[in-house]
Amino acid sequence: MLQILTPDGELLADPPMDIDLTKRLFLAMVAARQYDRKATSIQKQGRLATYAPFEGQEAAQIGSAAALRPDDWMVPTYRDAAAMWMQGYPWTHLLLTRMGDERGGSPPEGVAVLPPSITVGAHMLHAVGLAWAARLQGSDRIAITYFGDGATSEGDFHEAMNFAGVFRTGTVFICQNNQYAISLARHQQTASETIAEKAAGYGVPGVLVDGNDLFAMYQATSEAVVRARDGRGATLIEALTYRLGPHTTSDDPTRYRDAAEVETWRAKDPLDRIRKYLAAESAWDEEWEARAATGAHDEIDRAVEEAEALTPLAPEEIFESMFAEMTPELAEQQQRLLASRRDQA
Amino acid sequence: MTVMNLAQAITDALDIALATDPRVLVMGEDVGRTGGVFRLTNGLQATHGAERVVDMPVAESGIVGTAFGLAVAGMRPVVEIQFMGFSYPAYDQIVSHVGRIRHRSRHRFTAPMVIRMPYGGGIGAAEHHSESTEALYAHTPGLKVVVPSTPYDAKGLLLAAIEDPDPVVFLEPIRLYRAVKEDVAGGHFVVPIGRARLERTGNDVTLVAYGSMVRDARRAADALAEEGISVEVIDLRSLVPLDTETLIGSVRKTGRAVVIHEAHRTAGFGAEVVARIQEEALYSLLAPVQRVTGWDTIFPLKRTEEYYLPGVDRILQAARRTLEG
Ligand SMILES: Cc1ncc(C[n+]2csc(CCOP(=O)(O)OP(=O)(O)O)c2C)c(N)n1
Repeated sequence: MLQILTPDGELLADPPMDIDLTKRLFLAMVAARQYDRKATSIQKQGRLATYAPFEGQEAAQIGSAAALRPDDWMVPTYRDAAAMWMQGYPWTHLLLTRMGDERGGSPPEGVAVLPPSITVGAHMLHAVGLAWAARLQGSDRIAITYFGDGATSEGDFHEAMNFAGVFRTGTVFICQNNQYAISLARHQQTASETIAEKAAGYGVPGVLVDGNDLFAMYQATSEAVVRARDGRGATLIEALTYRLGPHTTSDDPTRYRDAAEVETWRAKDPLDRIRKYLAAESAWDEEWEARAATGAHDEIDRAVEEAEALTPLAPEEIFESMFAEMTPELAEQQQRLLASRRDQA
Repeated sequence: MTVMNLAQAITDALDIALATDPRVLVMGEDVGRTGGVFRLTNGLQATHGAERVVDMPVAESGIVGTAFGLAVAGMRPVVEIQFMGFSYPAYDQIVSHVGRIRHRSRHRFTAPMVIRMPYGGGIGAAEHHSESTEALYAHTPGLKVVVPSTPYDAKGLLLAAIEDPDPVVFLEPIRLYRAVKEDVAGGHFVVPIGRARLERTGNDVTLVAYGSMVRDARRAADALAEEGISVEVIDLRSLVPLDTETLIGSVRKTGRAVVIHEAHRTAGFGAEVVARIQEEALYSLLAPVQRVTGWDTIFPLKRTEEYYLPGVDRILQAARRTLEG
């Protein structure tokens, strides 16, 4: 397993980035955690629909996304808000989707991140097609896709890995093995010892990485991105990590795992170890982090306000995004809905 | 003008699209070196190269899911599914992603792509090779569903489908691939999606059909004409969007309708056609609308296929029933 920084903050190899970038990515993790906690808390107040927290997976998402170019494609899942935000997806849009507004799926022009896939597994193929298109278009853009350990049991994981192998597409597959797919433990998901080793069956390199180690994630992903950009094909990265929170805000993880296990993983918190490392380098102090956390918190508060202030789509608007040009059927149904609402009024 | 059958018209359309639009890709199982199991992509790889006409591993979800990614990135993939009966592994991609992306991203991302599928029976094919489950696709939001029955329409509709900004499921009646020939204009032209074609005009009864059934409807109309009954035949050509105007105009005129498809009866597309007729032309009806369809059985193998398929006799019986009323 690739590990550069141990949970105690000890370096096993040269870090793949300088102190400035380390600090910047540490603060990104701090901000992401603020978002995760904020989203969880406003969900409890009924201001968001179900939310899927990623606490514990910040290094896996931020370390990998930091290795991308802004125009690289990203095909994420419902749990990848931190990675999406790193690639330019605004907090407001992330929140909007969770508030039940389709406009959350429409990031600003130029953000090359697809709205998160709710179907487990299907989206990995999209990253194969996107990377393939880049090659046909003479561009060196690559595509990264995120998914969980559970998704590797879906047939589309196999099809995506196989196609990426056959067509040598510039796709980076990031499996965040967070040990559970809702309640199903990793060992019940597959009999193979690691998920990374599955890559061999597709003629694609597979790398097992400490997913709670920002440095290891950044390094492994950077290498995969260079490979992809150079036309040398895809890579599967298994980020060994842990979901510290519930599967979603409606899940009760005490039904399938015990507190002791969660505590072992809490000791491997991805923020802690960078904090220790920065402190040892005299590049961290409590106030600096607290200030950044407050700043992020305020920014996220503003995003919540902005998302809540947005007037919901009007009734006629739900018909307007089905096709480039509305079909007669939809136009007729639109009139029916409007007439029915007028009658009710 | 060239005389072509429906299969050649499709090949011609693909050839033109590949030649004129560098974004177009043809992808599917065996479409490259062998030119597809029905030979509809014959010669295209030799002309346009293996980068544009791509032999894909046997994985329908993979093909459609990858094509979706290509389309989102600005390419124009034209996918061939070998037979409609093998489209189901890709159905999740189609319903969960292809038909959805424009809506779930409020137009930010779109998937202009064509999914071609040979469909229907009548050739004594093996199990799974005669499926006619177009209602699944017509019922799926965000897709257009097109079914040509003539070489001219096949070419013009396919070119329109490839140029459409939204995903189109393009159904090809296997039985008619090489059954009819007609003059088809050379070069580029489109037949707009969403308009039915009046196959023939008449005053006494309207036969509504599409795809493989248009030929049987025409034969039934010939037989009725000999008895002095004037029959209007509508070839829907496009199920989504449906040309309700032409349909309703005709039924208002004739007061009688028979809806024909080889798909299963219950919740078949005919039910939608009948519903539209009763919504908008009920008071013009002189008799209950008849449905002539396949049954709610598995599509039979060769020896019993004729029990299942509508055919001219059943169309005639249904038409007469409307005339008795
Ligand atoms: C195709 C499909 N099946 C089932 C579900 C319901 N579901 C949502 S998340 C999930 C578990 C996924 O686990 P994993 O891939 O490990 O990702 P994680 O949630 O742990 O990030 C399931 C079964 C779904 N969304 N899509």
